[in-house]
Amino acid sequence: MSTDTSTPPGQVPDAAGHFGRYGGRFVPEALVAALDELDAAYRKAMADEDFLAEFDALLRGYAGGPSLLYSARRFSAKAGARVLLKREDLNHTGAHKVRNVLGQALLTRRMGKKRVIAETGAGQHGVATATAAALFDLECVVYMGEVDTRRQALNVARMRMLGATVIPVTTGSRTLKDAMNEAMRDWVANVDDTHYLIGTAAGPHPFPEMVRDFVRGIGVEARQQCLDLTGALPDAVAACVGGGSNALGIFHAFVPDTGVRLYGFEAGGEGMETGRHAASITGGSSGVLHGTRTYVLQNEDGQTIESHSISAGLDYPGVGPEHAWLHDSGRARYLPVTDAEAMAAFELLCRTEGIIPAIESSHALAGALKIAPQLAAELGREPVIVVNLSGRGDKDVHTAGEYFDILDKE
Amino acid sequence: MSRIGVAFDKARADGRGLLVGCMPAGFPTVEGSIAAMTAMVESGVDVIEVEIPYSDPVMDGPVIQKASDIALAGGVRTADTLRIIEAVAATGAPVVTMTYWNPIEQYGVDAFARDLAAAGGTGLITPDLIPEEAGEWLAASDAYGLDRTFLVSPSSTDARVRMTTAHCRGFVYATAIMGVTGARAQTSQAAPVLVSRVREVTDLPVGVGLGVGTGAQAAAVAGYADGVIVGSALIRCLLDAADLTDGLAALRTLSAELADGVRNPVR
Repeated sequence: MSTDTSTPPGQVPDAAGHFGRYGGRFVPEALVAALDELDAAYRKAMADEDFLAEFDALLRGYAGGPSLLYSARRFSAKAGARVLLKREDLNHTGAHKVRNVLGQALLTRRMGKKRVIAETGAGQHGVATATAAALFDLECVVYMGEVDTRRQALNVARMRMLGATVIPVTTGSRTLKDAMNEAMRDWVANVDDTHYLIGTAAGPHPFPEMVRDFVRGIGVEARQQCLDLTGALPDAVAACVGGGSNALGIFHAFVPDTGVRLYGFEAGGEGMETGRHAASITGGSSGVLHGTRTYVLQNEDGQTIESHSISAGLDYPGVGPEHAWLHDSGRARYLPVTDAEAMAAFELLCRTEGIIPAIESSHALAGALKIAPQLAAELGREPVIVVNLSGRGDKDVHTAGEYFDILDKE
Repeated sequence: MSRIGVAFDKARADGRGLLVGCMPAGFPTVEGSIAAMTAMVESGVDVIEVEIPYSDPVMDGPVIQKASDIALAGGVRTADTLRIIEAVAATGAPVVTMTYWNPIEQYGVDAFARDLAAAGGTGLITPDLIPEEAGEWLAASDAYGLDRTFLVSPSSTDARVRMTTAHCRGFVYATAIMGVTGARAQTSQAAPVLVSRVREVTDLPVGVGLGVGTGAQAAAVAGYADGVIVGSALIRCLLDAADLTDGLAALRTLSAELADGVRNPVR
């Protein structure tokens, strides 16, 4: 896997973590020293060949990278586009999240901290964190909304199996945002010996930049694999966007390739018109949430509005600040995909390719199905679309089974 | 000098600590919160800290979270907070506002500063806004003559204590412990050290908050700090009571106990 993290000069963010007007640090003063310590450790590590070599060895030898770029022929025939799947679902722990977690676990060890905490929605980040904690012999506490512990019971069991303590969060909407609040409160109280291993490219500086750099290998690999496979860059890159780490991971290496269209697909839930969605960019406005300025689902008083998505991993009322910046600059386009559209794409991939995708990633598949006809018309030929298949769907079998009504009744 | 500054000076001249009592706006209702804050003033609380309820209060423990949730579920709006501030300021006690940043950003920073000044508020305590991100607020607070209270923490470096206090006006808020709001059984060992570090770099009064809930604790904190800030313990009086009448009675009793504490500092 690639650990090329070089960022050309003049690119975002600035030294204080601002992506244009987004990003920054909106945190209690108590956390500033720890964020500064993390920032220093991260910059030192990124300039340290030993660190980069160890990270690369873990990604290859432990996580199973580089992940394949798979030409999905039968799905492509249905899509009317050549769809190339970046198979992050084949990584150890079943999603792209392992890249970020291994990077931050290495940093935790370098900072001499013995305890990691994490928030999780679908449980994928929690499982990845628990995995790395086991590997690095760190104490691990995962905060998870009570609603999510029920819809993702399998992942709760996996985390406990790996030795982590899972704390169900019963405040607020009892989902990912509340888990993040609780993790922040834990961190404020235990910052001396604890690293908060944030699971997406959001939160206060340096998290958005650091997490992006730990996952940007996805795009570096996909770009080269696409060139090797097709002899050219793709016409479009598609990814789902909740907090946005998998999307940034696959977008970032393509940002300078202005001919490559970047599409982020947000969770449109039951439909934008119903208000029951998690599409922060499409349906939200600029605000401050969880330490950063970004697009937020909020009312006019700045109170966060509960998000809704069939996918626990996208069920978050904010988004990483770099996505807000990519949106405003016009470099990436963000479109909503409903629960129903995502589930139709989920079923189509199962039946055409024998791959059960995560419901999160199914939003990207549905997005590719949506944009394919427009792109084909625009280009006058079959378009090539790289889709980040960010995670596998084992954890979603119960949700999908209920959705499609295929479970045997008692 | 701001009204808070005058109040701190007077308390200092009297050889006692200043008691700051916190209550979320709209908890348990808009009228109930005005009644509660008025009762606190009548029972010896010197300064009222009105907290704007927020959906994601990461610096607050379970008591303030619960009270904020009740206020928001009751439909309290930012405009109601300004009305509450105006009503409580009419008692004559200085009223400071504590708020997470997003409600202010959505109201409009300049517009909020204008309306806060018009309502008689003295300024803002900003738990998730550090001076580096506060450009708009620095300008607006200057324009409308409002105080700015940023937080310092036991984990703040000397350089940050110096920078942060240089941006404060009115008073400095020292967080006694590494953690969130909520009464604790023990008073903090870190707080006196932090207060003396603050005093090395500023003449502004220093208020200490987080974890204070009894008269004895208030007396201990008043022994080394200028102000004693109490929130969760006061709010709990209302949360634990069967009805508002009982709650207000308990609130008066605790306010008087705390007021007695700051008048008998243990040095």
